[in-house]
Amino acid sequence: MADQLLDVKGLKCPMPIIKAKKAIETLQVGQVLEVVATDPGSMADFKAWTKNTGHELLLAEERDGVFRYQIRKMR
Amino acid sequence: MGEEGRPRKLTIIAWSGDMDKVYPVLILATVAAASGWEVVVFVTFWGLFAFKRNDRWITGKDWMTKMLSLMFRGGSEHLGLTRLNMAGMGPWMMKKVFAKNQIPPLRELIETAVEMGVKIMPCQMTMDALGIKREDLIDGLGESAGAAAALEEAATSDVTLFI
Repeated sequence: MADQLLDVKGLKCPMPIIKAKKAIETLQVGQVLEVVATDPGSMADFKAWTKNTGHELLLAEERDGVFRYQIRKMR
Repeated sequence: MGEEGRPRKLTIIAWSGDMDKVYPVLILATVAAASGWEVVVFVTFWGLFAFKRNDRWITGKDWMTKMLSLMFRGGSEHLGLTRLNMAGMGPWMMKKVFAKNQIPPLRELIETAVEMGVKIMPCQMTMDALGIKREDLIDGLGESAGAAAALEEAATSDVTLFI
């Protein structure tokens, strides 16, 4: 269960990442942010962004053109 | 994280004042900042014009620099395209297409960059040569500097780009 849901459907690079960064700032370490997106580039972007920031990508899936990510804030 | 546990760093030498080149500058800068990187954008030559205030057209210190600013006013809302500019038709269409695709205008991306702590350094030489004063530039920019400072930023970066 995510602590916060961020809907970035329809948004394109760079906005999903920018909004995810702003959203994760409002969470406590250990809490989980869930992001739903429609940008196909977001799959590679969220993998790279979590690798870069050190947050943990718990889930990255695509269903019917909707991408869903769960990210645990690590620091 | 970069080497030795310090955050990664991106330096962009932003030379172009064309909309289709200023976009990647801002997109890369904001995403790097969102990834926890330190980001420096050194704005020089035409690139400086993209950071002129949108409501400032004529700038300069004599008739020739004033004439130059008349022909290229700068400001993020008044930039042309490298291709298909067609006397402003291209940028007009591009802005429409971008808005339809929910891609934010340059002005918004610049605000986001400033808000996220991207250090935008105006080139003092360009400012002096073309008579562009600090008050002709948008708010939120860092201190102006020269090539030595830009090189120092580049030398301490993990990624350096010239756009």
